[in-house]
Amino acid sequence: MADFDYLFFLEVLTGGLLSGVMYSLVAIGFVLIYKTSGVLNFAQGSILLFAALTFVSLTEKGVPFALALAVTFAAMVAIGIAVERVVLRPLVNKPPITLFMATLGLSYVIEGAAQLLWGTQVHGLDLGIEDIPFEFHGILISTFDLFASGVAAVMVVGLLLFFRYTRVGLSFRAVADDQFAALAVGLRLPRIWATVWAASGLVALVAGLLWGARSGVQFSLSLVVLKALPVLVLGGFDSIAGAIVGGLIVGASEKLAEVYLGAFIGGGIEGWFAYVLALAFLLVRPSGLFGQNRVERV
Amino acid sequence: MKTIRTVTKTALVALALAGAASLAPATNFVSSAHADEQYFPLQSYRVGPYAAGGTGFFGGFIDYLNLINTRDGGVNGVKLTWDECETQYEVERGVECYERQKSHPGAAAWNPLSVGIAYAMIDRITTDKVPLITVNHGRTDSTDGRVFPFVFPLLLNPYSETSGIVNYLASREGGLEKLKGKKIVVLYHGSPYGKETIPIYELLAQKYGFEVQQIEVPHPGNEQQSQWLTIRRAKPDYVVLRGWGVMNPVALKTAQKVGYPATKIVGNVWSNSEEDVIPAGDAAIGYTAITTQASGTDYPIVKDIVKTLYDQGKGNLEDKQRIGSVYHNLGIVNGILNVEAIRIAQEKFGKRTLSGDEVRWGFEHLKLDEGKVEALGAKGLFHSINVSWDNHEGEGYVTFQQWDGKKWKVVSNWIAPDWALLRPIIEKSAEAYAKDKGITLRTAADAETVAARTN
Amino acid sequence: MTTNALRPKTLPSWLLLVLILALAYAVIPLFGTGYLIEAIMLPFLALSLAGVGLNLLTGYAGQVSLGSAAFMAVGAFAAFNFNLRVDGLPLLVSLVAAGLTAAAVGIVFGLPSLRLRGFYLAVSTLAAQFFVQWALTKFSWFSNNNPSGVIDAPTIRLAGIDMTSSLGRYYFALIVVSLLTLFAWRVATSQTGRNFIAVRDNETAANFIGVPVLKTKLLAFGLSSFIIGIAGALWAFAYLRTVEPAGFNLDRSFQILFIVIIGGLATIRGAFLGAALIVVFPVVLSRVGSLVFGSMFDSGTLDMTQRIVLGALIIAFLILEPDGLAALSHRLRLWRQAPAPAS
Repeated sequence: MADFDYLFFLEVLTGGLLSGVMYSLVAIGFVLIYKTSGVLNFAQGSILLFAALTFVSLTEKGVPFALALAVTFAAMVAIGIAVERVVLRPLVNKPPITLFMATLGLSYVIEGAAQLLWGTQVHGLDLGIEDIPFEFHGILISTFDLFASGVAAVMVVGLLLFFRYTRVGLSFRAVADDQFAALAVGLRLPRIWATVWAASGLVALVAGLLWGARSGVQFSLSLVVLKALPVLVLGGFDSIAGAIVGGLIVGASEKLAEVYLGAFIGGGIEGWFAYVLALAFLLVRPSGLFGQNRVERV
Repeated sequence: MKTIRTVTKTALVALALAGAASLAPATNFVSSAHADEQYFPLQSYRVGPYAAGGTGFFGGFIDYLNLINTRDGGVNGVKLTWDECETQYEVERGVECYERQKSHPGAAAWNPLSVGIAYAMIDRITTDKVPLITVNHGRTDSTDGRVFPFVFPLLLNPYSETSGIVNYLASREGGLEKLKGKKIVVLYHGSPYGKETIPIYELLAQKYGFEVQQIEVPHPGNEQQSQWLTIRRAKPDYVVLRGWGVMNPVALKTAQKVGYPATKIVGNVWSNSEEDVIPAGDAAIGYTAITTQASGTDYPIVKDIVKTLYDQGKGNLEDKQRIGSVYHNLGIVNGILNVEAIRIAQEKFGKRTLSGDEVRWGFEHLKLDEGKVEALGAKGLFHSINVSWDNHEGEGYVTFQQWDGKKWKVVSNWIAPDWALLRPIIEKSAEAYAKDKGITLRTAADAETVAARTN
Repeated sequence: MTTNALRPKTLPSWLLLVLILALAYAVIPLFGTGYLIEAIMLPFLALSLAGVGLNLLTGYAGQVSLGSAAFMAVGAFAAFNFNLRVDGLPLLVSLVAAGLTAAAVGIVFGLPSLRLRGFYLAVSTLAAQFFVQWALTKFSWFSNNNPSGVIDAPTIRLAGIDMTSSLGRYYFALIVVSLLTLFAWRVATSQTGRNFIAVRDNETAANFIGVPVLKTKLLAFGLSSFIIGIAGALWAFAYLRTVEPAGFNLDRSFQILFIVIIGGLATIRGAFLGAALIVVFPVVLSRVGSLVFGSMFDSGTLDMTQRIVLGALIIAFLILEPDGLAALSHRLRLWRQAPAPAS
């Protein structure tokens, strides 16, 4: 190869990193729930879709931005409480795979409800950010993606502060550490779980709005969950920092692979590359970058 | 727990009984005992990822059938009936709907608007002798009526579509010779549908001397960053968007992200609707796409539908804003084609319920020139059609529309694809299929023989 | 997990098995309508076989797999290619070869199970799902360079008899399913089956008592994928008559997993009960729905309601009857035999 186009490489890399942040956003919702209740919530994608649909349908009917946001958030809280009561509580001591299956069923229910309630039309979502690309030393960067990363950063910082310095945050960590000890200390698990699901719903709302603005609000929005899974695998299911790092890695490597490797194989490898990467990584470190190592006792 | 078990058990038994009862073939349809009726089984999709297209298309189709019934009292007194079976665009649901609906008497034609479902049905409808209409899409070699007597890819098949797009790009450049040395990127959906036209682009590139590069977007196409960065680097003169579903608005938005102008993007027939551009917001302004039927509500037939149906609250679309949209008008045009085929067949066989084979004959004589199209109130809506026993596509013309942010505006004359170039390729492929399956090629005489009505 | 797992073939008596076989081989073909066979029985047979296969892996051996549809796809395309490219190969041999191909692929993608557990393993099986779908679409050799990438099923000939008619395909599928179910039952009740269960229940302990854990896991993936691959070939050849890679997508993988979980993990009959529910339920609901509500709701509304009900049903089953329909039916039989104590 003649002249390696460094600028182009950096362009793809930057774009990939920014995309990766979007993946992390979705993954963080998973992490919240997994950390505190051990449930891998496959319904996160449908919840994201529901949030985006609700918001967009409200604003299209003329409801002002802030009110629509508030109403959607309230809906997320309601869903969180309902899920905890109807799905989680009865399944409390079941094996994790059962809970995962239950969230799969849940995703069907929420997807169906979202479309029943708001219809199956496609919607555009305008957050008011002009996506005019700007050049930084010859590298193209997307304004919107930068904005999304900013939002994600704010959210992550907010969450980290929340976990470290507020009472509710502390109780989350307690439950994540040891459920029985938390119970012994007097923490009300059902209430905490409902709160966690609501918090995760908020994360889904933010992610839903950003993704919706990026690619339109329609049924396939719930498929972003498939991008979040390799992120979780790489970063560990129970670490927020891991979700960020994992997302960056997945986003960057996926795009670079598509451009450079894909040229040899014919393209379209983005769909599975992240998974194969995660797989290869796992074979070296079976619990991910930041995940907790499982100790086996004979 | 005992009560729960009892309740569950009773519920399961009740469900099983209801299930057994309802699994019996449909005997409770309205029988055509009194007036003659012609039935259209609709394997529609109103939910799932492609629901927007489905609701528009089937809405338009039903609107047209309704119009014929209401305004004209049916086709020469034969009322049109239909029912819908939801497929969610999934192949096995389509097959189940087929098995369920086919026992209904008087079926005229099948219109699934799905390539996957159409493929799964080809063997079945050939045995059952009822036409399968795959308007604007379908199996390209089914254009050859010698091998596929019952399949009709009306108006446009994927190869013609490609040729139409290239001819349009040529017209923008000032002539086919001006294409020499130009660079065209085809951004295609990572599926068999997306890959289907790669060979034809190669062929046309060789013939006219332009450079073509094919770039794949993996399904569903939520992420296109790397593809568009590659495009930006390649600096093509045009990008052809061969998309489907969410890939389309994301493509337009990502193009904006990397600064590639929408005016240089041309979409194919499944990237040409309002549902594809609205979610992209202003990134879609200036984007052009191919179509076989123009959008808008100005055509007499559409106005008729509004007056006769929607004003009386009988229209099928829930959102009146969608009247005249691309899919809705496609449904209307499809309705026109189906109904005229029936009318033509009735002239020959009698003004009564027709058999599937008789309707097939009707389709094979479906010749609507511009005059006839105008008489039907569709002047400017679509151009013409000329189906014959061995050409099931019918030489549909295409035009191109540009999105201005609010609606589509026609920006081109009616363009003809290069049928002469494509026909030998199609015939070769169809003949290979016939050889594989042991099918003897039909002749014109065979096409005129029509099976008697069995129901 | 249920103790049913250690019990031999799940039917309590000779008679029940004979009745079921009679129903399948005689009653249904004689009295069943075309609709019953084409739209209900054929998909039921293919999906139950896939369920039987997945059950060996996930139910008995405890290795969670979310990529079963990929192995179905491998089986379908392999069967097509063997049949096409090797002249004169009997269809049954093509099927077996397809199964072996799927088994090989299954073992390759099962290698991670040597180091991964639980969700991590599940997510890595998704790698199989996406990679296989991509490969089958990308390399048109697999679909014989068909421009649309869709393969047409060949005529089905068994011992010289043309079985491409509706009934013919039904019998073809039935014979294949019967044979493979018998095979799966033999595996489940043999030492291999017991090894599977040992690895599932406590891997460290199993290792300790001398169960060859690595070999067992790979064997589980191999045997399971063998069966699932043939189920995929049945799905393509006997039922749909065409196949494209998109038909073996993630939704299908989930569908098979639902079948296994609802039907009952670690039981052979569970796959059949689960498949029956998954195949019949949406159809029944749609029929009953259109009868009751008719044109009041459009088909879309009806369908969304179905989705909600199906999802709710899955959750309900997981809560109320976690060992699936198999355990439920077992308990119903016991309940009827012995009067329940007053409660």
